[in-house]
Amino acid sequence: MVLLSFDWFLIIEKAILISIVIVASLVIAMYETWGERKVAAFIQDRIGPDRAGFGGILQPLADGMKLFMKEEIIPNSSNKFLFVMGPGLAMLTAMMTSAVIPWGGHLEIMGRTVPLQIADINIGILYVFGVVSLGVYGVMIGGWASNNKFSLMAALRGASQMISYELAMGLSLIALLMLTGTLSLRTIVEQQSTGHWNIWYQPLGFIIFFVCALAECNRTPFDLPEAESELNFGYHQEYSSMKLGFYLFAEYVNMFISCVIMATLFFGGYDIPFVNDAHLYDQIGNWAALAQVVCLMAKVIFGIFVFMWIRWTVPRFRYDQLMNLGWKGLIPLALANMVITAVVALLKYNNWHF
Amino acid sequence: MQSLTNRVKPVDRKPMTFLEKIYLWEIAKGMMITIKHFFKRKPTIKYPEQKREFSSVFRGLHILNRDEQGRERCTACGLCAVACPAEAITMEAAERKTGEEHLYREEKYAARYEINMLRCIFCGLCEEACPKDAIYLSQTFTPSNLTRAQFIYKKDDLLIPDPNKDPEQYAKALGDRKRPQ
Repeated sequence: MVLLSFDWFLIIEKAILISIVIVASLVIAMYETWGERKVAAFIQDRIGPDRAGFGGILQPLADGMKLFMKEEIIPNSSNKFLFVMGPGLAMLTAMMTSAVIPWGGHLEIMGRTVPLQIADINIGILYVFGVVSLGVYGVMIGGWASNNKFSLMAALRGASQMISYELAMGLSLIALLMLTGTLSLRTIVEQQSTGHWNIWYQPLGFIIFFVCALAECNRTPFDLPEAESELNFGYHQEYSSMKLGFYLFAEYVNMFISCVIMATLFFGGYDIPFVNDAHLYDQIGNWAALAQVVCLMAKVIFGIFVFMWIRWTVPRFRYDQLMNLGWKGLIPLALANMVITAVVALLKYNNWHF
Repeated sequence: MQSLTNRVKPVDRKPMTFLEKIYLWEIAKGMMITIKHFFKRKPTIKYPEQKREFSSVFRGLHILNRDEQGRERCTACGLCAVACPAEAITMEAAERKTGEEHLYREEKYAARYEINMLRCIFCGLCEEACPKDAIYLSQTFTPSNLTRAQFIYKKDDLLIPDPNKDPEQYAKALGDRKRPQ
């Protein structure tokens, strides 16, 4: 009976948490599409979708319905298995990252402490990086399996862009990790809620990380895999119906997740600014955890808004400019940042003696 | 060379300065511009609910007018059809019978009156030609139909509601357009 004596509560608790996180990120991705159209419209002096529901609030449902109703087309010359798998992979990698993110402190339910995190693994950031680099596969497989030269070219662009920017992203994070001394996302957040936010220690690192996050999410100004004027439509040109919807959706989930990670690493995660969180827990208990989740979401939504703001301001980079910026601009900058941080960290460790 | 208008702007081909090379500052400036637009008042008119104010001489779809007693003014003289540069108007005259005095003002009336809205160029010459004040251009517009045949407006489509029976609809159909005297 030893085999059966494991903690059923843990399973239930994690299952509920996983479903909440998945549903929440899908709903947020849905409303990101609405938000994107609204932000685009407002920046261009329009008012955007406002017919479906109040202020167009039902627009994402209508869009989703439209995508479901569309005809499903699988090209004859495509590799059918990979063609179907592509969007699924893109979605999977987009969602997997959310497993290690601390969404809030902890809840007290029936004498149990339930942390608002699916898995608090001690290599959180490494896991995020591993999954993010898998994200290339969705684009690459989709583009290749369509058997269309434009899709393939877009996929190649996407792959090389993601690989190039992942380097600078990793380097900018190494500097951050030297300061925190841990890879666990929850510990990083806790350090920030007692001390200062990491953005004050690593402003340059943040800027590099932010630019790379834009590139990783294929957002303008780095949306070369979807450069419709050059490549017809990009890597998802042959896709239709909800398979296309999955690709577009995965992109928005990616954007959400990268904003969450940015908030977690640089803006104190679920830390409520100007409030002593531990103190708040003593006063209002579980509500404090909810307040933390709301606070994280506010930070994330602001991040998403900045993403959109940039998208509707900056035109697309040319491919050589993209590569120049990545390899000749960001990587040396990140390296310099890393070395300087290392020197300062070591000096501090030595009590400012050489 | 001296340009004719003095408005020529020479293309600036200076190499980029350091600030421009690292993009960030220029992008920040651009983002300030877009955020200004974000909070600007939107000029959009939400069409079916709100409508744009037309100028007082806007020429829309035609109506066939009635007099104060609700009788049709048209006497089928054909002047509008003659005046029409697009040849969009046709009509057939008929004689008023006894007992129909409450329907038609003159002794002759239009039994059939058709305007082809696909031909019409909304120039308003029919309105100017009419000696009986019978045809008016209103402020209604956007006709939409499924077939071309439906664009040929018959008397039923054109005739204005009776001012005595339905004064509200009458005023609405008439509009507040300023008409040529």
